[in-house]
Amino acid sequence: MNKMTPAGQIVSSQTAAISIQNVRQQYPGRHSSAAVLALDDISLDIPRGEFVCLLGPSGCGKSTLLNIVGGLIKPTAGKVQVSGRTIDGPSPRDIAFIFQESTLLPWYTIRENFHVSFKFSRIARSEWQSRTEEALAAVGMSRFIDHYPEQLSVGMRQRVNLARGIALGTDIILMDEPFAALDEQTRMVLGEDLSELLAKTGKTIVFVTHSLAEAVFLSDRVYVMAARPGRLKTIVEIDEPHPRSPDFMLTTRFGDLRNQLYGLLRDEVREGLQIERKSSAAAGRT
Amino acid sequence: MIGDASNLSSRAIQLGFLALLVGAWQLLSSLGTISPLLLPSPDSVRIAFVKLVESGQFWSSLRVTGSTVLQAWAIAMIAGSAAAYAITRSRFLVAVFEPVIAGIFAIPLTLLFPLYILFLGIGPSSKVAYAATYGFFPVALNAIAGFSAVKEHYLRAAHSMGASAFATFRHVMLPASFPIILTGIRISFFITFASVLGGETLSSVTGIGKRIALAAELMEPAEMFAWIVFVIVFSVATNMVLSMLESRASAQ
Repeated sequence: MNKMTPAGQIVSSQTAAISIQNVRQQYPGRHSSAAVLALDDISLDIPRGEFVCLLGPSGCGKSTLLNIVGGLIKPTAGKVQVSGRTIDGPSPRDIAFIFQESTLLPWYTIRENFHVSFKFSRIARSEWQSRTEEALAAVGMSRFIDHYPEQLSVGMRQRVNLARGIALGTDIILMDEPFAALDEQTRMVLGEDLSELLAKTGKTIVFVTHSLAEAVFLSDRVYVMAARPGRLKTIVEIDEPHPRSPDFMLTTRFGDLRNQLYGLLRDEVREGLQIERKSSAAAGRT
Repeated sequence: MIGDASNLSSRAIQLGFLALLVGAWQLLSSLGTISPLLLPSPDSVRIAFVKLVESGQFWSSLRVTGSTVLQAWAIAMIAGSAAAYAITRSRFLVAVFEPVIAGIFAIPLTLLFPLYILFLGIGPSSKVAYAATYGFFPVALNAIAGFSAVKEHYLRAAHSMGASAFATFRHVMLPASFPIILTGIRISFFITFASVLGGETLSSVTGIGKRIALAAELMEPAEMFAWIVFVIVFSVATNMVLSMLESRASAQ
């Protein structure tokens, strides 16, 4: 089910693919009084087939929230439901993860990496070959199927990593700053490819980023978060059909949306910097 | 290519050193300043070695010592990696047990050898147990280091894909830590080998160590040296093979 047809009109019902209900996450500190509240009572519904971004200053708990949705962290309170099922641990049938660092194993070729991932996710062996070939073809990396990850550039590796996430065939993909380690240009190109790839598949994507341009360019909806404690501040809708062309970035609307997000985050970031300065001074180091 | 050249010249120096050693041995024994009872000539040692092989004693002793070493080594490798795997499941356990294992390894465990004889007798099983105990430590310590050094994001990715504990071990932890574990396994081999030989020398009915001790007691220096030279050559050759495997594994 894709929300957007190529013409851009809304087709499916607003059934939530992911429902986050009153999630709270507390980390124990050195003393009981120093416990850190990473997320404070977050509730949001992510519609099926949408591309959403979690955007916020560092320390707002956006990665924590993503890990909770993926079942890698158990929340202190609240719950996450995916297609009506409460998440309790990783669910590789429904959710694929793409991390900031390429997680391709250096001792396996690209093909072997895909196969091992399929084995991990308990995908039928008969599908391994076709899924690998199709996914690599989709990102234009078929030539490198028998290469080792080190033989590829960082950008190519992350492209393959992306293809692998898609090849797992889940309805939901969670991405934790997948392009953060790349240079600006590679980032742009991969972003465009991602927009194009995902427009066809109708997957639900949750994307964590701290790049304003990336958030505007890729998402249908940006969840802006605030820090200390991590909480949802506001939602900004980006009403622009997928796939998005680079021309979108040249429009005044793009600039306006980007500025709007910056306006929402600026105070947060300033506040965060001050708090960090204060707490490191108190700790008496660095 | 510079590496190759320096490798070649270092090999040449090593061989030259070996030749010098044998030459000095030959010179000392032919000068007659040292009694042949203490230092037999290289040639008499060669003759003694041929006699050992022909009498069948060489092979029977080698079989006993060899199987004792292999059993001890296998136990050390399995127990060492299993313990390391269990300990590295939590940072806390590593913090508790890594210093304990390293600490025990620092104690000369030879002290405990009489206990092994007391419990297991003078047959090969006491040597297997003693050498396995000693060989356990380098495997466990290196495997702890290896398993702890596996990059967190590989494990997180495997976990997110629903990988079972065994699949994670087989495809992520083992390949990631293999070069380090292999170093432990190599060190473990020499420790078990030395422990078995030492144990046999101290208290045993058969085996290479017993043969060496016996030859010394019976004033048969040529036979004793034949065994010693064999052990030296064997150890050097084994080290070369294991080191080669190790560097190939870490080059991967």
